[in-house]
Amino acid sequence: MTTAIQNVESYLESFTEFEKSSSGSNLPWLRRLQEDAFARFCQTGFPTTRDEDWRFTNVSAIARTAFSLAEKGKGRVSDSDLKPWRVEDAAAQLVFVDGQFRGDLSALGTLPASVSILSLKEAIAKNPSALEAHLGRHLDIQRDAFSALNTAFIEDGVFVHVARGATLDQPIHLLFVSTTAGSPRMVHPRNLLIFEKETQATVIEEYISLGGGTVFCNSATELIAGDNAHVSHYMIEREDKDAFNISTLRVQLGRSTNVASHSLLLGGGLVRNNVHPVLAGEGAECLINGLFVGNGKQHLDNYMHVEHASPHCASRQFYNGILDGHAHGVFHGRIVVHKDAQKTDAKQTNRNLLLSDDAQIDTKPQLEIYADDVKCTHGATIGQIEENALFYLRSRGIDEVSARRCLLMAFAGECLDRMKPGAARDHSERLIHEHLLTIANQLPAATPSKGKAPRNWEEVG
Amino acid sequence: MSLLEIKNLHVNVAGHEILKGIDLTINAGEVHSIMGPNGSGKSTLAQVLARREAYQVTDGQILFDGKDLLEMKPEVAACEGVFLAFQYPVEIPGIGNTYFLRSALNAIRKYRGLEEMDAMDFLPMFREKLKLLEMDDKLINRSVNEGFSGGEKKRNEILQMAILEPKLAVLDETDSGLDIDALRIVASGVNSLRSKDRAMLVVTHYQRLLNYIVPDFVHVLVDGRIVRSGGPELALELEDKGYGWIEAEAKAPASV
Amino acid sequence: MSSSVDTFRELAQQDYKWGFVTDIDADRLPKGLSEETVRVISAKKQEPEFMLEWRLKAYRHWAKLEKEQAEPKWANVKFPPINYQDIIYYSAPKQKPNLKSLDELDPEILRTYEKLGIPLQEQKMLAGVAVDAVFDSVSVATTFKAKLAEKGVIFCSFSEAVQKHPELVKKYLGSVVPHTDNFFAALNAAVFTDGSFVYVPKGVRCPMELSTYFRINAAETGQFERTLIVADEGAYVSYLEGCTAPIRDENQLHAAVVELVALDNAQIKYSTVQNWYPGDKNGKGGIYNFVTKRGNCKGVNSKISWTQVETGSAITWKYPSCILQGDNSVGEFYSVALTNNYQQADTGTKMIHLGKNTSSTIVSKGISAGHGQNTYRGQVKIQKGATGARNYTQCDSLLIGDKCGAHTFPYIEVKNSTARMEHEASTSKIGEDQLFYLQQRGLKAEDAVSMIVNGFCKQVFRELPMEFAVEAQKLLSVSLEGSVG
Repeated sequence: MTTAIQNVESYLESFTEFEKSSSGSNLPWLRRLQEDAFARFCQTGFPTTRDEDWRFTNVSAIARTAFSLAEKGKGRVSDSDLKPWRVEDAAAQLVFVDGQFRGDLSALGTLPASVSILSLKEAIAKNPSALEAHLGRHLDIQRDAFSALNTAFIEDGVFVHVARGATLDQPIHLLFVSTTAGSPRMVHPRNLLIFEKETQATVIEEYISLGGGTVFCNSATELIAGDNAHVSHYMIEREDKDAFNISTLRVQLGRSTNVASHSLLLGGGLVRNNVHPVLAGEGAECLINGLFVGNGKQHLDNYMHVEHASPHCASRQFYNGILDGHAHGVFHGRIVVHKDAQKTDAKQTNRNLLLSDDAQIDTKPQLEIYADDVKCTHGATIGQIEENALFYLRSRGIDEVSARRCLLMAFAGECLDRMKPGAARDHSERLIHEHLLTIANQLPAATPSKGKAPRNWEEVG
Repeated sequence: MSLLEIKNLHVNVAGHEILKGIDLTINAGEVHSIMGPNGSGKSTLAQVLARREAYQVTDGQILFDGKDLLEMKPEVAACEGVFLAFQYPVEIPGIGNTYFLRSALNAIRKYRGLEEMDAMDFLPMFREKLKLLEMDDKLINRSVNEGFSGGEKKRNEILQMAILEPKLAVLDETDSGLDIDALRIVASGVNSLRSKDRAMLVVTHYQRLLNYIVPDFVHVLVDGRIVRSGGPELALELEDKGYGWIEAEAKAPASV
Repeated sequence: MSSSVDTFRELAQQDYKWGFVTDIDADRLPKGLSEETVRVISAKKQEPEFMLEWRLKAYRHWAKLEKEQAEPKWANVKFPPINYQDIIYYSAPKQKPNLKSLDELDPEILRTYEKLGIPLQEQKMLAGVAVDAVFDSVSVATTFKAKLAEKGVIFCSFSEAVQKHPELVKKYLGSVVPHTDNFFAALNAAVFTDGSFVYVPKGVRCPMELSTYFRINAAETGQFERTLIVADEGAYVSYLEGCTAPIRDENQLHAAVVELVALDNAQIKYSTVQNWYPGDKNGKGGIYNFVTKRGNCKGVNSKISWTQVETGSAITWKYPSCILQGDNSVGEFYSVALTNNYQQADTGTKMIHLGKNTSSTIVSKGISAGHGQNTYRGQVKIQKGATGARNYTQCDSLLIGDKCGAHTFPYIEVKNSTARMEHEASTSKIGEDQLFYLQQRGLKAEDAVSMIVNGFCKQVFRELPMEFAVEAQKLLSVSLEGSVG
């Protein structure tokens, strides 16, 4: 593969400097993990559109920019800045500014003894043995250059451990804030979430900007769910339109687990949302739910890689996209059913609304089935706001903007309906409402349909 | 006479001996639990009781209500009153839940010489039982298990049990995949079906379910044999210590 | 071997019970095909000049194709080369011309229809279905003619239509499937001997279901019938077709053409239960069913709906299609295709959207058992002017056993950005565990099997008229053969 690192020196420089200062330096296993990952990254470089996994997303803008690691303690954020971004009723709130944990802005509340939440940096310093079995053991750094890059720069993020049988009713809220950047800056948040057997919990990962600038946020999360655990994970992207955001969620599902991954892509410029669950235990169930709403020149790419590795597992992918302006959405749904994963039941649906002639969606199902007794279905739709429905609402006295928002909300509502009731869902609902109101307001009064057909129709279906 | 008598049961699956001599007697009104590590043969026992034919009985005897269970086809065993709540309930697309359950109920009623139940009588009863399991009315029109989540499927199994009113209910890992709320609902559904005429065999890996459905007897199955029997306290002991010690004990020479 | 599987086998291994031969005197041409054959057929049918001209044009086109490439090769089916000179192109039961009533029909033929379960007499009385019966390409009896005539509905054999309504035939024949359309359509146009003709006048709702039963009887005979149905403005008609053939070791060719025309606000519902002889358990014999069926939703708000249950034939090659020309027109395709033993099916549909706000629905259910190979091939084409077009496609395959195959080839071509497309596909296996689950709840194995298969086909069966739906269900349970799980 052609190497596309134009700025390999800048990464090498960053890495050398990082290694000197990093807390991993006195843990041989972590150091080795990081060095291997960096070597792998140097080997592959950034992917190009010739790479099938990246066919619809061009990351050359990231590859040709010289990013440097954020300087420590520089980001100025006050408690009042964060007020509008907090989630009410969270069990714990952890705030990370430019990649670093800020205890002064966080609220850990009173957690039961069976739940421990601390920054990854602290966990590495105080209790590295608790991490060793899982950190970096699940993420695929061979296939994915961004995961390799993140692993090379492991430093901070969150470490959550929920002990057997514990139930957490309120969500854990992780807020990743990027502040104004003078020069291009990168951060590599790394999270490790371990849920032991028979636990129940919800985690929200949320990315926001306070002040603009060229920021490259490359996060990775490893989530391990023990037997019979019920876990919901939310990824919410609300950064500025000039941000680059690559996030990877790797989920390991044990026997009879039930894990839901909800993604809401509302902000960001170039966004890639990787979700990679591995249904490793018999009878595991995984819901992969998402909504992406783009306008302007946003590029929102969702890459799903669902691996069925055990019998009797079920996975459900539902992604809805709303695209306006020149926005470009991508849904790539890869399902791999391993040889022994008999009785797999995998379903995938991607529905899209195009609100302008220049908006574009590429949707691509990819089914690789090596077992012979499975049920796999996939479906994709691309459509516009239904003019009849709009007219009907208006004929009942609802103004056009409200009517449009109403229809958009109904479309987005499918995604909300799949979230369990609770604080995390309420939070998502509020964000979606606000965002769709903006979109509805921006819509032209009438959209006579003309112009070119969306690209890649052959990919549909 | 006991409701179920299993004597020296040996079972092969695909050429491997899974059950290596099981003896178990269950009387009407009793709730027994079979616990054991993965692969110990728990599910095999459940499937054999429901007469799954892929499981080959090589030796032993099972008497159900005094009749030879091993002579029965699956549907005959069902009609005689054996009900299996499946670990992985099967989806049957295109067949409505109501139609399916009414057909099943009527097959059983016919077998017992009772009059078939028409839709007018069936629906109110069905609705009543749905409430018991806190299940949605919409279920009436949906296909059997199709599009159900793992938890809904498990509830649906107990719903069927409530309607078919078996003499012996075998619950195979009914707790797996359930969250705490669903577990409580399922357990209370099961508990409401406990009666002096009905026996239950609860097969489970974890003790969690037995907090809610408290058994009269607990048996530990290791490597195809029942290695220990006791009261509910045995389950708690297993929860504390895990299966390791009992497995080690089972492997130790008989002379010890 | 488990008993449920045994029962299933038993149930499945019922023989093809429509495989008898009727002993009747037939008037037939010698084998072979030439311009002369075409002229003789046309002369025997006392056709007007325009028909002969049209047939000859078709023959010449076919002969050219035959020389260049023979049959089309893109379908996912395999068969040895067909010798077109080794087929009899005309075989008619000898009978008195112009029957006044069914009583004058050869009693042997009548008995055949009774064996087929089409007691014409009885049906006339009870079912209220008008039946046209085509025996080796020649229409032998049409019931209910008088009653239909009251409403102005023409339902007769194609030959009769050519004689009595040449203006309608001339206007619509070949208007949907031109003689140049494809190899088999050209062959059919050249040599077709009979078929059914329906015309429903403006504003008339045809008072009963119309039905045709096709039967191939004579050996070494090809059947080339042609059906033309025209629903004039605001008209409605529901048409059913059924087919059977005797058991013979040789493969027999059936190359039919069906054309439907729906004018403004008209609706045509066309249902098929196809049960041609499928060949024996080792794949010997059976009908090659190479059929071209197409409807044109010519007028605004028109609707054409195809429903098919395909259980017979050694090879099926068939794509009932809709051209959605009129604005707001609707095309539908519901299909169950079953392949067992060594049967092959390559079937599906084409929905061509030309008019505004046109919509189409495709529901295809493929069942493969034994060594059966089942292919769904469907095209949805949204042309530039077809603003607001919609399509919903659902394509499910059920596998029984592990030697069969299911294949799906959807082709989607969209030239208008306002289109809304939905596509769903699934492949699943009928399993021992489904059977066991139902048995555990008290149901007998055979009931369990038919429950599962009928559940799978439900969306299609409910599109069939009642009596057909019942027949289709029975047909499925006896057509299945092979192991379960």
